[in-house]
Amino acid sequence: MVDATMTSRELILGRLRAALGPPPGSPGEVARDYRPAGGAVHLDVLVHRLTDYRASVHQCSDDEVAQVVDAILGGRRVVIPAGLPRHWLPDTVEALTDDGLPADEIATADGVVTAAAVAIAETGTVILDAAADQGRRVITLLPDVHICVLRVDQVVAGVPDALARLDPRRPLTWISGPSATSDIELNRVEGVHGPRNLHVVIVPRGTHHSGG
Amino acid sequence: MPTTAPRGVGHLRGDEPFPVAARRSLADAQLRRNLGHATSTIRAKSAAVIDEVPDWQELREAGSAIKADTMARLPELLQQLETAVVAAGGTVHWAVDAVEANRIVTDLVTATGTDRVMKVKSMATQEIGLNEALEAAGIEPVETDLAELIVQLGRDKPSHILVPAIHRNRAEIREIFLREMPGVDPSLTDEPAILAAAARRHLRRTFLSTRVAISGANFAVAETGALAVVESEGNGRMCLTLPDTLITVMGIEKVIPTWADLEVFLQLLPRASTGERMNPYTSMWTGVTPGDGPQDFHLVLLDNGRSAVLADEVGRQALHCIRCSACLNVCPVYERTGGHAYGSVYPGPIGAVLSPQLTGVEDNASLPYASSLCGACFDACPVKIDIPSILVHLRAEHVTAYRSEHRLPSAEAVTMAAAAYTMDHLPMYEAAQRGSRLARFAGRRGRGLPPPLSGWTVGRDLPQPPPQTFREWWTQR
Repeated sequence: MVDATMTSRELILGRLRAALGPPPGSPGEVARDYRPAGGAVHLDVLVHRLTDYRASVHQCSDDEVAQVVDAILGGRRVVIPAGLPRHWLPDTVEALTDDGLPADEIATADGVVTAAAVAIAETGTVILDAAADQGRRVITLLPDVHICVLRVDQVVAGVPDALARLDPRRPLTWISGPSATSDIELNRVEGVHGPRNLHVVIVPRGTHHSGG
Repeated sequence: MPTTAPRGVGHLRGDEPFPVAARRSLADAQLRRNLGHATSTIRAKSAAVIDEVPDWQELREAGSAIKADTMARLPELLQQLETAVVAAGGTVHWAVDAVEANRIVTDLVTATGTDRVMKVKSMATQEIGLNEALEAAGIEPVETDLAELIVQLGRDKPSHILVPAIHRNRAEIREIFLREMPGVDPSLTDEPAILAAAARRHLRRTFLSTRVAISGANFAVAETGALAVVESEGNGRMCLTLPDTLITVMGIEKVIPTWADLEVFLQLLPRASTGERMNPYTSMWTGVTPGDGPQDFHLVLLDNGRSAVLADEVGRQALHCIRCSACLNVCPVYERTGGHAYGSVYPGPIGAVLSPQLTGVEDNASLPYASSLCGACFDACPVKIDIPSILVHLRAEHVTAYRSEHRLPSAEAVTMAAAAYTMDHLPMYEAAQRGSRLARFAGRRGRGLPPPLSGWTVGRDLPQPPPQTFREWWTQR
């Protein structure tokens, strides 16, 4: 019987302690013989892994980002985070700056342009951490086209490097290709609820540094 | 005294023993085709991406060691997690079992004044039967994962941890959508892309208008309070980002000690699970973030028999499971019977060890026998859970319980003792071998042996005895 005076918290912790018995003398050391952070970064691996998962990859100079955006979303409405470098946007797009836009309005936009925090070459993953040039999580979720601009110095080799660079207290979104499902006979179908098109624009290490 | 998951709530116990349910699945040719196609596809995908990783075995070792360390320090880590989540603006609840967890979640939803919640696919909420509890309280739960939606619309049960609708093919899914999805285009084809687009249209309004979401968690970091949900479709991101209130129900074994430990599990899970280098989306959050995402966050820590599992020094390894489902996809038994035969939300090899431990072995006594002990699950497990050893351990536990209850040896024990005696006495052994030819008539395929030996043959095909024994052939030379 549950003692009515004992909270569930105390009850569970008590059961767990009883289940474990007396604590061991010294906790066993976890062997970490896998590849640590610090491996060489191969940009071609990132490009391969991104395209393999049906993301479109563009490589250009920082000055040419606007042309890429124009080619993809010219003449259409895009959401941008408040801290996005303005020279990435062509005159041909109608930009809605997110200053707390309602979700319904974000959902009507054709696309979204953001920067990124980190990218992992080995897995083809871009990571957003909600800094000022990336914005709230919702803006990269509702529009159907996401253009994500990445600097080469943000690319790391593997998962351990990425975690070492990230701040765990920020809301993080790891993106590996467009939204996809494999629920129907395990056929991969791109584009379910999230953006159906992901474009990654890789620019050289520039003079511009994003706010955070 | 360890307390197991309570009866009468949740989905850990089947209505019938495994051999009975399995026999029905085996007779369903469509089901077996769907399962065979799906499991062979996913095995090939997974093997290809695991091959790319030069340090796969070292990652498995580390994953196993981190989990063992976690279990040894579970009370301390859970308290650390609680402190970190509360410091980040979240609220932590502790639920001893399914009944209490359902009550906590229902009360939280009711307090928001809403009568509809959206759900991210979560094994923990299926385990406790949360949907049924919400419905009983007048709250509509909407499953947003495509496979869970197929299962929910089809009034069906999930049959796989990762791909709950693995038992359905595209034609069946099309029929379910046409029948159950309001306003669906009647010219819908069975192309997977067309079906996925129909689900997208169906759920968009739900995502934008539902104020409360319920999720599970793949990992919770004790050190920082961060929670992680790994998914593919973006329905997870929708539920974790758009509502005002987020309620996460998490088994207490999902905690990991440090932020850096994620580097091991985020490499192991996608490759072992969906056969991807990384799943399309992973969301991580810590408490609440002002101006971004739900501003009211609740974490429900669920025991529901896990402390009883921890008390078993052999069986506690089952708590290391990261729900990748690799063991299901390589299991010859699962491939032929599918998930429904296991009766529990946890099917396949891991289910055969986890479910009986959560419920007490007497409530799931047939599951430890639902295995050929071939060891494929052990090889496939990314955190090296020795499932075959736990199966044998649970069988022994069941036999001991049976003996003390019945005071008589089981038919199997009598048969084995008789066989051992016979093999020790040569003339008797030769006579028995000659006699075994009688089994060609007594035990024709599909009929099995007469009682009490039928207990053995009900779940097994009897091999056809040879027309001549080896000894007879030898003496004729």
